[in-house]
Amino acid sequence: MTPRLQDVAVGTELPARTITVDRQVLIDYAAASGDANPIHQDEEFARSVGLPDVIAHGMWTMGVAIEVVTDWAGDPGRVVSCSTRFTNPVVVPAGGAEIEVAGSVKSLDRESSRVAVELTVTSGGAKVLGRATAVVDLG
Amino acid sequence: MVVNTGFVGRTYPPTQPHAVQREHIAGFARAVGAASPVHHDVRAARKAGYRDVVAPPTYAVVVAQRCDAQLVLDPEAGIDFSRVVHGQQGFEHHRPIVAGDQVVGVLHVDAVREAGGHAMVTTRSELSTVTGDRLCTATSTIVVRGERG
Repeated sequence: MTPRLQDVAVGTELPARTITVDRQVLIDYAAASGDANPIHQDEEFARSVGLPDVIAHGMWTMGVAIEVVTDWAGDPGRVVSCSTRFTNPVVVPAGGAEIEVAGSVKSLDRESSRVAVELTVTSGGAKVLGRATAVVDLG
Repeated sequence: MVVNTGFVGRTYPPTQPHAVQREHIAGFARAVGAASPVHHDVRAARKAGYRDVVAPPTYAVVVAQRCDAQLVLDPEAGIDFSRVVHGQQGFEHHRPIVAGDQVVGVLHVDAVREAGGHAMVTTRSELSTVTGDRLCTATSTIVVRGERG
């Protein structure tokens, strides 16, 4: 259910979550997105270009992180914009990895009913997304 | 410079139409853990006021990356794809993408700048339906690592 604007304030926290990622998830995302870059699937190839191991698609990370906002908003159509920087890769060893996503309201405009959310996204202690924000229309 | 700076301001022709299918939206949604029934169930989507199942907010990248590929694979741009890293991505939605949309994207090269031996290329892909409904403005910055980077 969509939160009511009057129940939201700067600092309101969105329900945080931990997401598990393994190589199969990356294969599924590659198939769905059309991004078949082997650095997301092939350990040997990833190492040959100087990466520690297979890494997740930055866009996969952005996609799962934004779900924290979509679920809070109650409707994906209310997410009117989102953006992020890719600051560190999510390294996905054969045994998988976890990413933690937390979010809170940074600002809101009662006239337009638009709320800006900032996300904190980490994996293995490293910040993987930077300036990750989304604007939600609660009107 | 690892990128041709003369490309700033360049616009590419529209991409081939991408027909948004229900199964594709559902597959993309599953891959990013988007469980809302409006991605998966046309009745739930219609009940929520949509014409058909709705794409997750980052689905627009499917077309936006085809736009970016025009530049990255353009031999005149001089970009070595193996040195490309995704630096930034943004989406501004004008209306949600739904199954049945035929989506085209027009790529604009907005900026090319150099920092620390790397080149940063900022592009903007304007996504619309073939009939001219504006869907999404997708911005992307790719970093082309310098020879020693």
